[in-house]
Amino acid sequence: MEIKENIRYAESHEWVSLEGDIATVGITDYAQHALGDIVYVDMPEVGDEVTAGEEFGAVESVKAASDLYSPVSGEVVEINEALEDEPGLINQDAFANWIMKVKVSDAAELDALLDAEAYRNICEE
Amino acid sequence: MKYYDKLIFELSRPGRVGYELPENNYAVEGMKDIPSDLLRRNSPELPEVSELDVVRHYTNLSNKNFGVDTGFYPLGSCTMKYNPKINEEVAAMPQFAALHPMQDAGSAQGALELYWNLQHALSELAGFEEFTLNPFAGAHGELTGLMVMRSYHMARGDHKRTKVIVPDSAHGTNPASAMVSGLEVVEVKSRPNGSIDIEDLKPLLSDEIAGIMMTNPNTLGMFETEILEIARLVHEAGGLLYYDGANFNPLLGKVRPGDMGFDIMHINLHKTFSTPHGGGGPGSGPVGVAKHLVEFLPNPRIRKDENGRFYVDSSDSSLGRVSTFFGNFGVMMKAYAYILSLGKDGIRNVGPMATLNANYIKESLKDSYLLPIEGACKHEFVFDGLKDKSTGVTTLNVAKRLLDYGFHAPTIYFPLLFHESMMIEPTETESKETLDEFIDVMHTVAKEAAETPDTVKNAPITTLVRKLDETTAAKNPILNYRALRENMN
Repeated sequence: MEIKENIRYAESHEWVSLEGDIATVGITDYAQHALGDIVYVDMPEVGDEVTAGEEFGAVESVKAASDLYSPVSGEVVEINEALEDEPGLINQDAFANWIMKVKVSDAAELDALLDAEAYRNICEE
Repeated sequence: MKYYDKLIFELSRPGRVGYELPENNYAVEGMKDIPSDLLRRNSPELPEVSELDVVRHYTNLSNKNFGVDTGFYPLGSCTMKYNPKINEEVAAMPQFAALHPMQDAGSAQGALELYWNLQHALSELAGFEEFTLNPFAGAHGELTGLMVMRSYHMARGDHKRTKVIVPDSAHGTNPASAMVSGLEVVEVKSRPNGSIDIEDLKPLLSDEIAGIMMTNPNTLGMFETEILEIARLVHEAGGLLYYDGANFNPLLGKVRPGDMGFDIMHINLHKTFSTPHGGGGPGSGPVGVAKHLVEFLPNPRIRKDENGRFYVDSSDSSLGRVSTFFGNFGVMMKAYAYILSLGKDGIRNVGPMATLNANYIKESLKDSYLLPIEGACKHEFVFDGLKDKSTGVTTLNVAKRLLDYGFHAPTIYFPLLFHESMMIEPTETESKETLDEFIDVMHTVAKEAAETPDTVKNAPITTLVRKLDETTAAKNPILNYRALRENMN
């Protein structure tokens, strides 16, 4: 299982990395592994408002459907359209294949999220 | 066995028929009144086949089937018990089967009496005042039950109660039914053993709560020991308790949901009462209610006058109709035959035997499979995959390998509380010999997983259809002949 250093994690298995005021959000390698082959990603639309801790979409695998929770609040500025045709990209590389980019309204929200080590501990529990 | 995968449409040849109709002298006459824009211009594309084509086609398809009549079917949460053949014989009786739903009640007294007797038997077994047998299946029963809940609050002018509490481990139909009935779902957490966390429940109880939906035993097959306290808290807050009858089998004849404090429940006749379950059954989801809710039951209802004659009645306080006529009547006949065949004493053995069988398998296999919750279960239990996780063999692999050994797989990847869930429910109708055979095979698969993991990962190899490409099936479903033709072009 891969955990990337220097980015933040939610307990609900999303990762987020911040550049300027744009946060890139995806699901973790642990999550893609637990889900198995992903067959559909339900993504928000550009312009949608998302709120930290609240649902912004869902992933469906052959095993289960799981809601996605946004780790940050703000406005969706881009979604990863490649996932529409090839949701399985997330299985190949969960960190490279992000789901949405958000213009964050409060960068301080990231401080409340887990760092790589804290997230590793959760996964190993 | 020869592989067969044709669709009946592929056998079709223009002009081939398997029947002969008398000359039609009436159709044009009768169609005169239908507006011309409503008449179809092209004939429907029905398959044109001979009688022999039809017989071979469906016999070949049925040979590919796995059912309770072919082998052990330990599908957790589904109660795949044997469907006694006497049920079918009774349901086929022309005196019942040939009745017309619009027939005058005076000439259908026997059918009305059967409905009356069955609803009273269910009321006695479940501890409720009255049942409606009208809902067509379990989820339809849930919806009907929630509509009763809503009608109750509305009739009291308590319009604020729009939320229903559902445990995170509940069957998916619970939140789905709540949404369909217009209620908002509030999730309550379960403890590691699947039971409701009372401390998590308390803050959720408010004057906006219409009620709570529960199963008991819960989704992990464990009895909710604090049910009386939960019932007290929910009632104190003004809410009602809904019992999902999916897990009623282990309690049958021993414990009654009505006595635990539940106000409403549905029963799956196609689980607990031995009517066929696979392929749509069809099902039947009777709904029982406590005394204070009887007036809201759906129309129509059957009543008995002072002379012992049965009649069909409707009331204004009712929530309305949920079905045309009286639901799946043939299914009710089978359930009634089952209850009468077992009798009072026989029914008392159902729950204990279902519980004993489940515990026997659980204890026999927990050395090889990971048992997350120790202790006595009821009619079913959940393993979290193989105990030895180092082999890379998953629950899906084990399930496929079981098919090679002639067993239907258990329910897998449900409940979502564990990553590798494997939910096993043997039911009371299996002999010790069958259980032992299953246990041996499960041990063999665990051994294979350790010694030759690829054997398990590549399963199934002896079945007519090998490993399915589930990802492609989920992404590009081909659900009818038209789509198949387009896909082939």
